[in-house]
Formats: sequence, structure tokens, C-alpha cells
Amino acid sequence: MDQAVSAETARQPRDDFWEGFRKGLPIMVASAPFGLLFGAVAIDNGFTVFEAVLMSATLYAGASQMVGLELFGQKIAPWLIVLSIFAVNFRHVLYSASVGRRIRHFTFWQKVVSFFLLVDPQYAETERRSEAGLPVSFAWYLGLATPVYVMWVSESFIGGMFGNLISNPHALGLDVLLPIYFLGLVMGFRSRPKWLPVVIASGLASVIAYQTIGSPWHVSIGAIAGVLVAAILAKPVNSEEN
Amino acid sequence: MSTIIWIIFVAAIMTFLTRVGGHLVLSRFERIHYRVEAGLNAVPAAVLTTLVAPPAFTNGWQEFATLLFSGLIATRFSMMPMFFAGAAFIILLRHFFPI
Repeated sequence: MDQAVSAETARQPRDDFWEGFRKGLPIMVASAPFGLLFGAVAIDNGFTVFEAVLMSATLYAGASQMVGLELFGQKIAPWLIVLSIFAVNFRHVLYSASVGRRIRHFTFWQKVVSFFLLVDPQYAETERRSEAGLPVSFAWYLGLATPVYVMWVSESFIGGMFGNLISNPHALGLDVLLPIYFLGLVMGFRSRPKWLPVVIASGLASVIAYQTIGSPWHVSIGAIAGVLVAAILAKPVNSEEN
Repeated sequence: MSTIIWIIFVAAIMTFLTRVGGHLVLSRFERIHYRVEAGLNAVPAAVLTTLVAPPAFTNGWQEFATLLFSGLIATRFSMMPMFFAGAAFIILLRHFFPI
């Protein structure tokens, strides 16, 4: 369990940093189009370039930033936008509980920085490294996060500048790109247990709520429907009740 | 300060709380009730579906066709090709069938 502590003395932080950095490069490339898209759509939905960059730098949570844009474009009450962002990011609670055990040996401020940078691929790579028995040092963790974070923030700027140049966003389908992106994320979860009933419940409830009650509420009502279905259909992991 | 700046700051704090919260709160529990865990696991898919279904079913046939097409592509390909295929699809549909 204290593998990380013993290895830290033998390993150079600089080597660890670059090892992590190399792991971060493919993640950086894969997220690039969405960073640019975020910048461009932000401008289309009434953000300034500065606001787009600020959001990427302080939230650093791709899917939820897109959700924020989508809802802001629909003129939804600010507290509901924040709540929806919070709901989309709520999965981080699970990552945090898990990664917290891997980085016990970090100092307080190293932990603060690490949790701030805890995006989905960062979680996945940290778990993978830890499960492979390799030490998770702060230098490695920071190396992994650096290319992804720096590019994510830069792309919001580049995308924002580009978004200012788009004269006909409708022809480019900018309003449909976010639903396509969200659909891709939803499909990415399809190996999870009870995925289809959850998606059907959320989809149905959100469409009905959208048509009857109206715009902001379809998000919360649809999400609650899906979560309830998942909770109702859940089976205990082992025979004993807890 | 503009509304957007306020939204960004509050959302940034909330996002950070989700990222430390699991470590600070969830890890204190010996185990989580399986229904709570299943519910938590379903949150991202449930929330994101609500942002796909209404645009798919309450707009024109072009939007519905694009999301249907993208969903089918997603069963075979990863996010990136699926996203670009979907984007190309809506651009072509809107070009040849303008409203």
C-alpha cells in the first residue's frame, strides 16, 4: 500500500512529470475538437471570449460547460443553470472517493490541485496506473493534467475568436452540435447497468415535461425520472441487505 | 459583474465541491446503499438524455434524423467520428432542405 512512498525517493519528479505528460497527449488531442466547439458555441450563445476562457479555466469540466451554454442560450434562470451543471458533474463525487485513496501521500495543497484537475480521463488514467501497481506521484499526476488543461483553456480562446467570425450559425448546425455531443456521451454510458430503462425514462419524462410544464424543468424532471428508475431497478451486489 | 460571470463562479465552486466531496464525505461511509449507488451511477446518463430528447422530438425532421443517425453511428464508432458524421449530416440536410 505504501508503494508510492517508497518509490518516490528513487524516482525523479521530472521523469514522472514527462511520463504523465506523454499519457496526457492523446487525451489532449481527443478533447481538442470539443474545446474549440465550446469556444465557438459560447460566442453563439452570448458569451464573450473572456467569459468562455474564464469558464474553461475555472470549471474545467467539458460536458457541464456545454450544458451551461445550452441552458444559458435558452434564457433559463441562473440558479437552474448552476444546478444542472452541478448535476452533470455529480459523477465526480464517485471519482473523488476513489482517487482520494490513491493520493493519500500528497500534501494538502497538492490534493487541492489534484481534485481540481480531476476530469474523467484523469480519473481513468490514475486508477489504471494505481491498479497496475505503479506509483502515483504528484509530478506524474500534474504531468498528465498539464497538456489537457492548457489546451482546453487555449481552445476556448481560439474557438471563441473563430465563433466571432461565423456569420450563419444555423447553416453550420451549431444549435444541433451540442445535442449530438450529449448523445455521444449518453451512448458512451451504454455498458452501465440498466442504461436503457434509465435513458427511456429520462427521455420520455423530459419530452413530456418540455411540452407541458415548459423549458427549464424538463432537465430536472427528466433526470429525476431516470435516477429513480435506476434506484428502483437496482439489485443488491451480494445477497445480504445493507 | 454580468450574470454569466456569476454563473461561472458559482458553478466553478460547485464543480470543485463535487471533486473534493467524494473524498471528504463519501469515503467516510463504510458502504453505500446499493440503490443510492445505482442512482448516483445513473445521474450523468439521466441528465444528458434530457438535453437530447426534447431537441430530437420537438424540432423539425432534420434534427430528428440527425440525432437518430448519430445514435446509430455511436453504436459502432467512438465519440469523434460519430460527432463529425452527425455534424456533416445536419449541415447537408439544412443545405439541401432549408426550412
